[in-house]
Amino acid sequence: MRQRSNIRFMSRQEVFGYVMLAVILLAIIPLSLDVFRLNLIGKYLTYAFVALGLVLCWGYGGILSLGQGVFFGLGGYCMAMFLKLEASDPESTKIQSTPGIPDFMDWNQITELPWWWEPFRQLPFALSAIVLLPTLFAFIIGVAMFKRRVGGVYFAIITQSIAAIMTILIIGQQGYTGGVNGITDLRTLLGWDIRSDSAKVILYYVCSAALFICLLLSQFIRYKKLGRILVAMRDREDRVRFSGYDVANFKIFVFCLSAMFSAIGGAMFTLQVGFMSPSFVGIVPSIEMVIYCAVGGRLSLLGAVYGTLLVNWAKTIFSETFPELWLFAMGALFIAVVMAFPNGLASLFKRYIEPKLPAWYSGKTMVSKAPIIEKDSSMETAHANALGSEENIGPSKSLAKPETAVTVAPRTDEKLEGGVYVD
Amino acid sequence: MSTNRSDFVLAVEGLTVSFDGFKAVNDLSFYVDEGEIRVIIGPNGAGKTTVLDLICGRTQATFGSIKFRGEELTRMKEHQIVHHGVGRKFQNPSIYDDLSVFENLEISYPRGRSVFGALMFKRDREVIEEVENIAEIIFLQNDLDKPAGLLSHGQKQWLEIGMLLIQKPDLLMLDEPVAGMSVAERKKTAELLNRITQGRSVIVIEHDMQFVEDIAHRVTVMHQGKVLSEGSMERVKNDPKVIEVYLGH
Repeated sequence: MRQRSNIRFMSRQEVFGYVMLAVILLAIIPLSLDVFRLNLIGKYLTYAFVALGLVLCWGYGGILSLGQGVFFGLGGYCMAMFLKLEASDPESTKIQSTPGIPDFMDWNQITELPWWWEPFRQLPFALSAIVLLPTLFAFIIGVAMFKRRVGGVYFAIITQSIAAIMTILIIGQQGYTGGVNGITDLRTLLGWDIRSDSAKVILYYVCSAALFICLLLSQFIRYKKLGRILVAMRDREDRVRFSGYDVANFKIFVFCLSAMFSAIGGAMFTLQVGFMSPSFVGIVPSIEMVIYCAVGGRLSLLGAVYGTLLVNWAKTIFSETFPELWLFAMGALFIAVVMAFPNGLASLFKRYIEPKLPAWYSGKTMVSKAPIIEKDSSMETAHANALGSEENIGPSKSLAKPETAVTVAPRTDEKLEGGVYVD
Repeated sequence: MSTNRSDFVLAVEGLTVSFDGFKAVNDLSFYVDEGEIRVIIGPNGAGKTTVLDLICGRTQATFGSIKFRGEELTRMKEHQIVHHGVGRKFQNPSIYDDLSVFENLEISYPRGRSVFGALMFKRDREVIEEVENIAEIIFLQNDLDKPAGLLSHGQKQWLEIGMLLIQKPDLLMLDEPVAGMSVAERKKTAELLNRITQGRSVIVIEHDMQFVEDIAHRVTVMHQGKVLSEGSMERVKNDPKVIEVYLGH
């Protein structure tokens, strides 16, 4: 029974999965694509931050937010404000009626930099704002909603309205935000030209590295008791509450974390694409990001990355050929995913590809017991029902099932040589 | 009965809850002693489950007081009530299907209940031993690694009882713990309850009279939100008012 004392940070399959992703992102893609395409992939990866946040928040915690674009946008705008101020030095804006302020302000007859723009001249401030501002905003929303037990569909609708409000606000306050065009014409980061090819390659790597940090952080949370509480909360909120947990705090935490991930993604987006606009804040992008997560598999951290890449790649191909049909294709894809494979590509991989992989992949034995939460839950319940009906005879049956203990036993030695466990 | 005797574990006094004018519980008072198994019975709609909801904070009382070891529960939040030592089992087995039996019990282990605490929680010897110990009490020692969703109905009920036990509550509230169980399972459950009451009080809601006779120290009969009769099973059974409610119409 001792094997339970060690839960591993990653299973062998997961280690393999992370290594695989690292190889794809850090070697295969950069080596096989030109800078333009690489930059495009880099842009897609920024959405993967949002999808990853949604895996934790929606897949694990059961909180569907349809307003993640707000946090993506906030992060992106914080970055853009810093870059814009750097691009608007008095020298390069001397043709304006007020030199030294961003061009769009000048066009809107604003003659002085608003006070809340001022601190964004400092990079450290801008960087902390990228992380903290959206998280703080998520915290306020979280406290307002979760402490009052607002959840489910209502929460989804409210976050969606927040996304709509945010877009309207940004567009309406043209003089302060750049309006519908957004903040454009960003050039340098501390004098370093972010539009050059070399900068694009470096930023791609920075983006991938940041994504990996977020992935590992998520993996850590999943492996701690916190991750299991999230799953428990999704299934039986009341039971968790009456086990002595303040459920609202856990929801606020995971919502804030997903907001923080989204914001980092948004900032990376601004850096790589060179502008930020309200079209990445509103309802449509927010829902698109949910689709990325759903396609990848809402219970799979790595699936979120693959889902994002795949959908965006399809989007690029498709919209180059039939631009007007893309939105319909996207809608159809979402419906297909939900109907046919609710746990996304990750569950297809687990069901069809993983069993065919050689033995070294799953370890020496055939057992390959992945964490339960990663399983296709619809299948599992079906199985449970089937088992439940035939097990009504009572506990005598449970005694006749010692193989559960036997099957897991081989994991003990595997763990010792695997070496990647904590505790 | 004097109202503020300190040896009561639970003192419910003048408890009333009204849902849009309908009084589901109406001026209810009862007292539970240390180490007592109290069974609440009554026809459907008598307000039994509502009483448990009120005690554990799921429903807010309109009037009245619930004192647990002298502390007022009506103003506390659910998780605070749990921290004070009140555990509650729901009518339908309420367990986490996607987690293993071990993880189900581990989550209920009373440590690391804040967000930060849950992040830093370590599965140390103490936790493992306690989980294994409880698993043995609830007859699930061989199923610790099984997903809880695969347990039989009776085993799920036991698992939820185990999840309460590991919290070490002073007051345990069980809503129909043997509903849907086979005869053999009922017997085992009665044994289980008699064993786990050492050092704690238990309130049980149950319809199965045989089971009630097996476990109850005292019985409270509720009818239309009020206490109709109270006392030993023998006394209650022969109370004309109770017979009237159960057989009269």
